[in-house]
This record gives sequence, structure tokens and C-alpha cells, in this order.
Amino acid sequence: MRSRRTFTKWLVVLGALHTIVVCAGFFAPYDPIEQDRKNPYLPPMQLHLMDLQGHVHLRPFAYVLKLREGTFDQYEQDTSQPVVVKFFKSGAGYRLLGFLPSRKHLFGSEETRICLLGTDAYGRDQFSRLLYGGQISLLAGILGAGCTLFIGLFVGSVAGYFGGWRDDVLMRVAELFLALPWLYLLFALRAFLSLSVSPLKAFFLIVVVIGGVGWARPARLVRGVVLSAKERDFVRAARGFGATDGYLLRRHILPETSSVLLTQAAILVPQYVLAEMTLSFLGLGIPEPVPSWGNLLSNLQQYSVLVSYWWMYLPALAMVPFFLGYLGLASSLQERGEAYKIERRGPGSLT
Amino acid sequence: MRFFLRRLRHALFLLLGVSILAFLFTTLAPGNYFDEMRLNPQIAPETVAALRAQYQLDRPLPLRYASWMNSVVHGRMGFSFAYNTPVAPLLFARARYTLLLTVTATLIAWGIALPLGVWSAERFGRWPDRLLSWGTAALLVIPDLALALGLLVLAVRTGRFPTGGMTSLEFERLSLGGKLCDLAWHMTLPVVALVLSALPLLLRHVRAAVVGVLDAPFMLAARGHGIPRRTLLYRYALRAAANPLISLFGFSIGALLSGSLLVEVVMSWPGLGPLLLESILSRDLYVVIGGVLLSTFFLVCGNFLADIFLYWADPRIRTESGAR
Repeated sequence: MRSRRTFTKWLVVLGALHTIVVCAGFFAPYDPIEQDRKNPYLPPMQLHLMDLQGHVHLRPFAYVLKLREGTFDQYEQDTSQPVVVKFFKSGAGYRLLGFLPSRKHLFGSEETRICLLGTDAYGRDQFSRLLYGGQISLLAGILGAGCTLFIGLFVGSVAGYFGGWRDDVLMRVAELFLALPWLYLLFALRAFLSLSVSPLKAFFLIVVVIGGVGWARPARLVRGVVLSAKERDFVRAARGFGATDGYLLRRHILPETSSVLLTQAAILVPQYVLAEMTLSFLGLGIPEPVPSWGNLLSNLQQYSVLVSYWWMYLPALAMVPFFLGYLGLASSLQERGEAYKIERRGPGSLT
Repeated sequence: MRFFLRRLRHALFLLLGVSILAFLFTTLAPGNYFDEMRLNPQIAPETVAALRAQYQLDRPLPLRYASWMNSVVHGRMGFSFAYNTPVAPLLFARARYTLLLTVTATLIAWGIALPLGVWSAERFGRWPDRLLSWGTAALLVIPDLALALGLLVLAVRTGRFPTGGMTSLEFERLSLGGKLCDLAWHMTLPVVALVLSALPLLLRHVRAAVVGVLDAPFMLAARGHGIPRRTLLYRYALRAAANPLISLFGFSIGALLSGSLLVEVVMSWPGLGPLLLESILSRDLYVVIGGVLLSTFFLVCGNFLADIFLYWADPRIRTESGAR
């Protein structure tokens, strides 16, 4: 029961996080590729509730950032110019969920751009880029995991159900894929595909490459489940009644794999998000100007950015809650799977 | 002996399979190193065709594979278009540094994980153990990339650590001790990044394995005989828990090799990582294949080492292979 409750808890956490990313248009104040060349490398703006005289305000406000005299990249707060943050403000148009046209944003301001995480070299708002980038990275992770699970399910069920030489060949290939260090494999696959492509094509390329790398582990797990399931009494009975292979697989055997697949999905998605980040970080993934979590961080490869503009690192920390959510979900799913197994086997055969 | 022969055959098969796999991918590749030249109006199409013929890119795949295999046997591992030399010396020069990083990180990570895991397993469920579990969970959710970059940002902000490269500028003029210190100082950050990314998983497995053994009746019996705690934990419990841990050792080498690829690029360590990235960007085919193959070779070596350990540590394996 406890694992069920933690499962629900993590599901709610992940749901909330993903809602923010899916509705990036609403939560992000600006367009992710809108440039503001006059304000490159703006440091993160602090929101205040208390002004200099010590009065507390109900609405948060920020101070306009101005270039310090005699410098070209040092900003300071201009305390004479407080800017009130407005909620549900109209701004740049976007399509919520891809089809609902809207102009409302969660927050914004009339006088100046409010950049919670600062801006990059082109003055693009990092906070907006983080949210929009999440759409790309998470979708790549989820689609990639879907790809992997599909291949794994197919290979695993063929190997487990039909056995014989198919089993031998497929499992040998799976061992091959398991043996390679995954990042090298990812690199090798990516190396042989074209490099300069449009963002959309690059996205699908990455999904396929990432999804094609990790199928071996789920395939072996599925094979194990199928092997044990096909000897169960009800499956034998169904076969005795003349059920075809396709029917048996679809109706009786593959449903048994659902728990394994779900757990694998929760483990794979963050891994694949990380894989996308790595590829994009190294310039092999989603090309600019489209934001993704990987190429948000690729700025940090320049030494000058590393030295002077530390806030470009902040997006990396924003990913931690997502990873935490998926980790929690995976472990609660695993616990549930074990409890389920124990329940089914009965306490007598716990060895 | 038969056990080792079987593992060796398996390893060779694996390497062969990987090389075939890598070559199969090359057929899928649109474009090669000489494609950019074709766009250049100053280079005649005949020249490009001649170059392609010289490097045998116009021959069918099985023939190319055969000639590449031939050059592997002769210790050249194909030809790099960008560097205009055989691949092997290029790779070996870089691989040394990758190995230096990976081996150090492996030793340190296991050196921390074993005692800490046993320590935590002994206090299973009490607050030091729970604190440690929280620590490992926290490390586990920080992505490798964020960890490496964070360390780098920290290094730059404090100015205490070098932010790239392997040696200082005046390295050549230092004494031997100075050289070693300098190297260690430059290695610190990459190794810390690798260890931190590998540690949580190792720690969890060590703890779980030892906890499983501590409950066993023979441990109770040993305790009843008055065997000291330390001997009990490290000689009896750890050895009984060794089997899954040694398999994990092979796996951890693979993970560390992958991790090192990323860390090397982030911290500009002159290992295989930057070379591989560069050759991917310039479509230097044989360097990529060579790099993948070399990393697989390291991994296979690591697994083989793990098998030897296992043979030594687990009497069950010995009897099993003797019976067959």
C-alpha cells in the first residue's frame, strides 16, 4: 500500500513539472528566440518584496538593470527605477499546446524585460529558453524511450516466444549492444548520419539514434518474462484450444510484460533526456536557435562565459527536479513490481 | 582453464561483432570526408574521385572491411584522412590519457564504495545509513553533465584548480616529483567528476549485497564463534557478497569509459573524447571506428579482469567449470 502512495506522489510531482514545460508558452514570459541585442549576458534579476525603506509590498517588484559606467558587461541595479511585476500580462503571441492561440503570460512587466535566469549572448531570456528547451528535450527522451521499448518488446517477444536460432541470434546481438560503452555507441551512430540538418530533422534523427541504442536491456527483460509466461497453465490451455501464436502473444503473454516495461520507461526517460543533452551540448544534436537543455549549456564550453557569466549554469540545476521525479517513480514502480510478484507467487516460494 | 578459454572466445567474438557493426553503420552514412571537396570549385571532380579511389572508398563494403581488418592485424587500424597518418598511433597516444583517468577513477570509486557500503550496511536502517542513502540519492539525480559543468564553474570561481588541459605550461622544466604533482593537480577535477558520477550506483549495490549476506545464518554462526567484527565484515561478508559486485565491476568500467568521454570534452582533457568528437565532425571514418573498437577492447579487458577476480573469489565458479 505504501508503495502505491509513493507512486501516486511521484506521479503528481512529475505531472506538475511536465505541465509547466508543456504549457511553456504561458509560463515563459517571452519568445525563446526573440533577441535583445542591447542586453547581452544580463545577470539574473532578483524579485523583491521589500523596498529600500523597509516597506513590504504585496506585489513583487524588480529593479531595472543598467550598465555600470565605463564597462560593457557589468550591470547594476538601478534602485531609483522599481518595476512592478504584473501577473497574467498580455505579451507575445503563442499557441498553447500547439493549437490554442493566446497572448497571456503568467508574468511580465511594461517597463522592462524580466529575466529570472538572465540572458545569453544574444539577449535571449534564459528562463523562457529553459522552459521551451524542456519541451524538446523531454519529448526526445519520451519518444526515444518509446522507440526503445517498442524495439525491445518486439525483439524480446520474438526471442522468448519462438526460441531456437532466433533466440540465439537476437540475444547475441543484444549482448553486443550491452557490451559497448553507450556514449561511444551513441557517438558512432551519430557519426554516420548527416551533421547539418534542419532542427526538425535533427530532432527525429536524435530520437531514432538514442532510441536505437538502448533496446538490448529491455529486450532481455521482456524475453525473460515471455519465457516464463509461455509455460504458464492458462497459456498452455489456450494453446490447447487452438489459439494462434499472434493471439497468444497479444492476449496472454504481452500483457504480462507491462510492469517491466513501465519500470523500464521510468528508468529510460531521464537517461535519454541526458543523452539528448549530451549530444546537443557537444554540437551533435538540436541546432540553434531552437533551444534544448543540451545546447542551453553549450555556451559554457567557452572559457569567457565560464569565467564571467556563471548564471549560464543555472539551467543545469533546473533539470534536477525532473530527474528526481523519474528516479522516485522508477523505484516506487520497482517496489510495486516486487510486491506484485510476491503476492502472485505466494509466500511459500520466496526464495 | 576452460573457464578462461570460454571467456576469451566470447571476448574475441564480441570485438569482431563490434567491428562488423561499426562497419555496417558506415554504409548508412550519407557523405564522407571528401564530400566537402566536391563543393569546392578549385578541386577537379577527377581529383576527388582519385582520392576516393586511393583511400578505397569506392570499393564495396566487404572488400573494405577485409582490407581494414588486414590493417588492424598489422597494427595500423586504417588511415585517418584528417591527420594523414595511420589511425593506431593517433589513438594510442590519446588512449593512454583516457586510461589514466578511467583507471584512477575506477580505483578511487571502488576504494570509497567498498568500505562505505559495508559501513552503511552494518548500520542498516539507522540514521548514518539513512543519511548516506539520501546522499547517494542526491548524487544520483544530478545529471553527469551538470555535475561536470558545476565542478568546472566552481573551479573557475575559486581559481584553485586548473580548468583544462593535462599539464601546466612550465611542465617540461619541472622535476619528476613536480611533474607528478602537476599531473595530479590537473587530474583532480576530472577524476572527482567521474568518481562522483559512478559512486552512488556502486555504493547502493555494495550496501544491498552486504545487507543480504549479513542476514545469512552462517554470519550469525561466525559471530557466535567470537570472530572479531572487522574480520567478520571484510573477510566473510564481503567475500560472500562478491559475486554480483564483481559483475558490477565490469559494468562500472563501461560506465566510466562513457563518462570519461564527456568529462574529457568538458574539461578539455587530451584523451579519446575530444579526438573522437573532432573526427565525427570532420567525418574521419576510421578514427571513429577505431575509437569505438578501442573502447570496447578496454571494456572487454575490464570484464576479463572481473572474471579472473570472480574465479579467485567464488569457489562455486571453480567447481562449476571443473565439472563441465
